[in-house]
Amino acid sequence: MSSAHSKLYSDDVSLVVIVVDTNPFFWAAAALPFADFFANLVHFVNSLLLLNHLNRVVVIAAGVSSCSYIFDSSDASAAGGVGVTATFDKASRKVEEFIAQDARATAGNGSVVSGNAASLLSGALSLALCYIQRIFRSGTRHPQPRILCLQGSPDGPEQYVAVMNSIFSAQRSMVPIDSCIVGTQDSAFLQQASYITGGVYLKPQELNGLFQYLAVVFATDLHSRTFLRLPKTLGVDFRASCFCHKKTIDMGYVCSVCLSIFCKNQKKCSTCGSEFSRVMPDLNSMPDQSK
Amino acid sequence: MYGVGGGGGGFNAPSTTSGRRRNPGDEEEDEEEEGAEGRVLEAWERAYADDRSWEALQEDQSGLLRSIDTKTVVHAQYRRRLLLRSAAAAAARIQKGLIRYLYIVIDLSRAASEMDYRPSRMAVVAKHAEAFIREFFDQNPLSHVGLVTIKDGISHRLTEIGGSPESQINALMGKLECSGDSSLQNALELVNGYLDQVPSYGHKEVLILYSALNTCDPGDIMETIEKCKKSKIRCSVIGLAAEIFICKHLCEETGGSYTVALDESHFKELLLEHAPPPPAIAEYAAANLIKMGFPQRGVEDLISICSCHKKIKSGAEGYICPRCKVNVCELPTECRTCGLTLVSSPHLARSYHHLFPVAPFDEVSSVPNRIQRGVQNCFGCQQNLFNPDGQTSLHVRCPKCNQHFCLDCDIYIHESLHNCPGCESQRSFSSL
Repeated sequence: MSSAHSKLYSDDVSLVVIVVDTNPFFWAAAALPFADFFANLVHFVNSLLLLNHLNRVVVIAAGVSSCSYIFDSSDASAAGGVGVTATFDKASRKVEEFIAQDARATAGNGSVVSGNAASLLSGALSLALCYIQRIFRSGTRHPQPRILCLQGSPDGPEQYVAVMNSIFSAQRSMVPIDSCIVGTQDSAFLQQASYITGGVYLKPQELNGLFQYLAVVFATDLHSRTFLRLPKTLGVDFRASCFCHKKTIDMGYVCSVCLSIFCKNQKKCSTCGSEFSRVMPDLNSMPDQSK
Repeated sequence: MYGVGGGGGGFNAPSTTSGRRRNPGDEEEDEEEEGAEGRVLEAWERAYADDRSWEALQEDQSGLLRSIDTKTVVHAQYRRRLLLRSAAAAAARIQKGLIRYLYIVIDLSRAASEMDYRPSRMAVVAKHAEAFIREFFDQNPLSHVGLVTIKDGISHRLTEIGGSPESQINALMGKLECSGDSSLQNALELVNGYLDQVPSYGHKEVLILYSALNTCDPGDIMETIEKCKKSKIRCSVIGLAAEIFICKHLCEETGGSYTVALDESHFKELLLEHAPPPPAIAEYAAANLIKMGFPQRGVEDLISICSCHKKIKSGAEGYICPRCKVNVCELPTECRTCGLTLVSSPHLARSYHHLFPVAPFDEVSSVPNRIQRGVQNCFGCQQNLFNPDGQTSLHVRCPKCNQHFCLDCDIYIHESLHNCPGCESQRSFSSL
């Protein structure tokens, strides 16, 4: 990746799309109150903008029932207000509006069981990638984009396919996805996202120093990252979990039609309904022939 | 993916940077398009890159020559493809052949040295075959490709059918010479012999890149075609010269597609249409459960010899087969020792979007009054959908979530992202 960046004219200018988890079920029980978290975030956004006057920051909120753009630094500078207080006021007003709206949408939708609802990471990532594509279209001297996910709530298994699609699309356009976990448990989605796209995955030990983590680890632009020793993602588990019992398995059976994963032999695929004529015991015959 | 590349010409300035930032396989396409469709090159500079420059001109009402608005043209082409694809999917409950065994047959007969494609047909075929192989493995991570060449009337297997793009491409680039006649029958016989060995759940396919206008066969080719039909091999041909009856017959009989390229960019387009998995014909491949292993990375301090290159590696560089504990370097692969198919879960996930495609968006033509409609920006990228004159430009709407998108996002969503950002941003639609 380094060779790709060094060829670019403006390798220090970055576009950071920050995906913020605004899940009320999570923040209600979080160790760090949302207001403090948001203050940290605003300082981080401001410091990113101060690092280089061409830097751009976009903040997208991922709620339980909707996703929305909260802040776009290019709009703010056009309006003339780039001061810290102006940014803070505008963004906090927007985020309050969003949270209220999201809460209404959640209340109106009975399907959300309170307590374990996941935020719509897939939607927010999709929005971020669409925005980044627009930057790519804008000309040769666009800033270097990256995505930073600040997630607290647990992963939503129903978003698996959509999140993976986003990850692969980000990988194709070489957009790294950084993740900073502000909750208590690791996110398997974001571990994979950061590993596959070459971003940084970090779960800070001490959330009171969140700004410090953000500024030291996630503020560095892509070019400078080649000279730094940033936290490495260790031990990403790429094992699959079977569709029947959600167990993580080493070896399993995969339907040749729809690629569903099962831990035991089946007669019929529960996902696509195809009947299996005969279970292939193994592919033992294959390597002999191909030698 | 090729839609994104193809759309590149329509974007304001297809840039080197955006080319750089895609995966290496795409770079070549982008570079070529820059030359073809417009950066800031003057017309006389462009002549060498695009020798049919008059085709990009259009006469307007007053008889002036104008260049065609490529953006709408590109989008119209893309929509035609998309609708074609989804219409085919709607016609029957469709299954996709996700596990494909494909032989690419490259005609290296005398005809491949013709210079109507520049520098020669052979060079063009090789260049795009490389891009195709990369794209193929990107879209079909569990599939296998092999290469066959026809030269001097006989066919020759260049590479074994396998799962690694690099080895295939290297083998092809080393063997680029052409001479003699072409023989369709010999190639089909050879491929037929090899494809007989693949497991029954695999979809057997042959893609023939045919430069010649004739075929010199030792026997009755109709028998060979019957044989291919019987062994359920889907044969497709892309011709570089003109339509030939026997190729058409072959494709019709075996359920493949026969196309003839007009020029280089058309050839690329036709070739890349073979990258997404074709609709599966139920009786062509038996549904089966395949035993697969999901290996983990080895531990740091374990030193072992990898089974693929016979080199000493530390455990963390490779993956450990869960059955026989041998070290392999990369996934997906087949374990050399026990024959278990080794994949990681992202490889499976990469194929899921073929099964859950995003529905085509509806076109929304100009809405004259901006006060009536609340929508002003593209839901995806926040680009303003209004022209300076207060009319919305042509854009699209997702039929499910009713969000509006600009044309660029439309292409991106369907060709690369495979998620509708609007539907994903709503709780009620988010469950799959």
